[in-house]
Amino acid sequence: MHTMNLNLINRKHYVTTIGLFFLLFLAILLITPMIGPTEIDLGKALSKDIPFSDNVDANILFLARVPRIFLAALTGAALSVAGAVFQSLLRNDLAAPFTLGVSSGAALGAVIAISLGLSYTVLGIPTVPIAAFLGALGAITLVFSLARTRSGEFPTTVLLLAGVTANFFFAAMVMFIHYLSDFTQSFRIVRWLMGGLDITDYKTLLSICPMIVIGFVTLMFISRDLNLMSTGIQSAMSRGVDIVRTQKIGFLMASLLTGTVVAVSGPIGFVGLIVPHIIRLMVGPDLRLLLPASIFFGASFLVLCDTVARTIIAPTEIPVGIITAMLGGPFFVWLLKRPKT
Amino acid sequence: MNQPIIQVKNTTFSYDQAPVLHSISIDIPVGQFIGVIGPNGSGKSTLLKLLGGVLTAGSGNLLFNGTDYLNKNRKQLARSITWVAQDHPMVFPFKVSEIVLMGRHPYLSPFTFEGEEDIDIVRSAMERTQTLQFAHRSFNEISGGEKQRVMIAGAIAQEPEVMILDEPTSALDIKYQIQILNILKELNADKNVTVILAMHDLHLAAKFCDRLILLDHGQVFQDGSPEEVLKKEHIEKVYGVEVHLIRDHDGKIMISPGTLCTQ
Repeated sequence: MHTMNLNLINRKHYVTTIGLFFLLFLAILLITPMIGPTEIDLGKALSKDIPFSDNVDANILFLARVPRIFLAALTGAALSVAGAVFQSLLRNDLAAPFTLGVSSGAALGAVIAISLGLSYTVLGIPTVPIAAFLGALGAITLVFSLARTRSGEFPTTVLLLAGVTANFFFAAMVMFIHYLSDFTQSFRIVRWLMGGLDITDYKTLLSICPMIVIGFVTLMFISRDLNLMSTGIQSAMSRGVDIVRTQKIGFLMASLLTGTVVAVSGPIGFVGLIVPHIIRLMVGPDLRLLLPASIFFGASFLVLCDTVARTIIAPTEIPVGIITAMLGGPFFVWLLKRPKT
Repeated sequence: MNQPIIQVKNTTFSYDQAPVLHSISIDIPVGQFIGVIGPNGSGKSTLLKLLGGVLTAGSGNLLFNGTDYLNKNRKQLARSITWVAQDHPMVFPFKVSEIVLMGRHPYLSPFTFEGEEDIDIVRSAMERTQTLQFAHRSFNEISGGEKQRVMIAGAIAQEPEVMILDEPTSALDIKYQIQILNILKELNADKNVTVILAMHDLHLAAKFCDRLILLDHGQVFQDGSPEEVLKKEHIEKVYGVEVHLIRDHDGKIMISPGTLCTQ
């Protein structure tokens, strides 16, 4: 008789695995704020004797580095989870959060706001992120209404084609506006398109948190349905998956997660492609484990990339999107060329 | 007579504008082992997908124990009826055991893992299909016959009353064909599961099935016992080839080509 151990995920194994990823994230969260072009004296930064406005160490730590690190963490986590979900829904492991046009829609929104010369904030709300978020929503609406069938389903090939078309179209509009813009605007546009985490504050962080939490919880809620969807639409139906509902929730939430972080951080590429693949190699393809692991690993990954971006040619900081793209290109080639089982 | 477990009433189906099935009516009593036969393009797969609830009829009704399929939600339907595809492309490297466990989906709520009971059910489904010995392997690494058995194990884990399979044996060699038909036959005998499957091999169909439904151009051409359906004139009419009927050692019908262009 064969061994009866089916080697299944059990609660203990599950908690241990997620726990390890969480510890990794915690370690990175504690170490990276201390790394940077300027040495920080932690004792001085935390000292209550010096008024905050005079405390240079505290200012660098709490006004520059910590919010930036939290933004990197939220962005990395959201893009990684969205990437894993898009790969399952499109049944394609080369899919990423930007495949269906979310980021190029956001870029168009941001570029329009910059070129119109809108002031940085209106009624306390920063204009460029809002415009970018609206652009992302517009792109999602366009792509999904193009691909939707009469029965309410989203055929993956049509979605991919609609997404690629939208990407090209929005990119053309961005170039057109960019071409007509003046020197200052042009600089801001290019910097936005490179993706960066340098301009942030606690208010922005707080404002994107609810959307990200809602996205994570909802996607975990449908994670087993998403597992089944990746094995084929009709097989999943026969196993009891409500296809229309799962596609609606999955695409909407993954797109909103992507749109939210892209609006604040710009289009930081390849994170949503790389992280799900690394996690899949480590814990397997079950999204019930892969999604929470991707949250912590994606967060850690982007915080590390951004630490490199802040320090590699200090005092100049380079946009983190350049670092992730430099890692992402070779990774993509490896994905295409790796031996397939 | 008891109510049939599945009733198909005047059901029509078209892909876009092209009609595939024309006003089909079939009653399926509990516990039958039914083969759906017919030439390529006669509508076998479409009929099975309708029966399996993975396609929705253009007009007409499908009833399970008297209730319209459309009045049941997906999970309710999946606890009663399962449908197994002909081939199983898999993008992600799920293990064999994980694929079979997915059969428990209709019994689980969100945010949960499979419990002891689910694992017992999966283990016995894997014993029945002889898939336990490669439970840890990646689904993408195993052979076609093994994949088909794994998908059948997943279907058994759903504990369905009706099992529908789209040409489960067509791509397999004779050993695997017989192995799979025996698994289904045992399930039919032990648990009274109603089995409906599409087949191309008419001899195996005659040997294993209680009842055959012969489709031609989207209509039921003949429906009855293998002896009634597999008549020379029926086969020649529907398949458009000349054939001879011969008998195997059990007395079951075998189809032999009428003329061969050999030189």
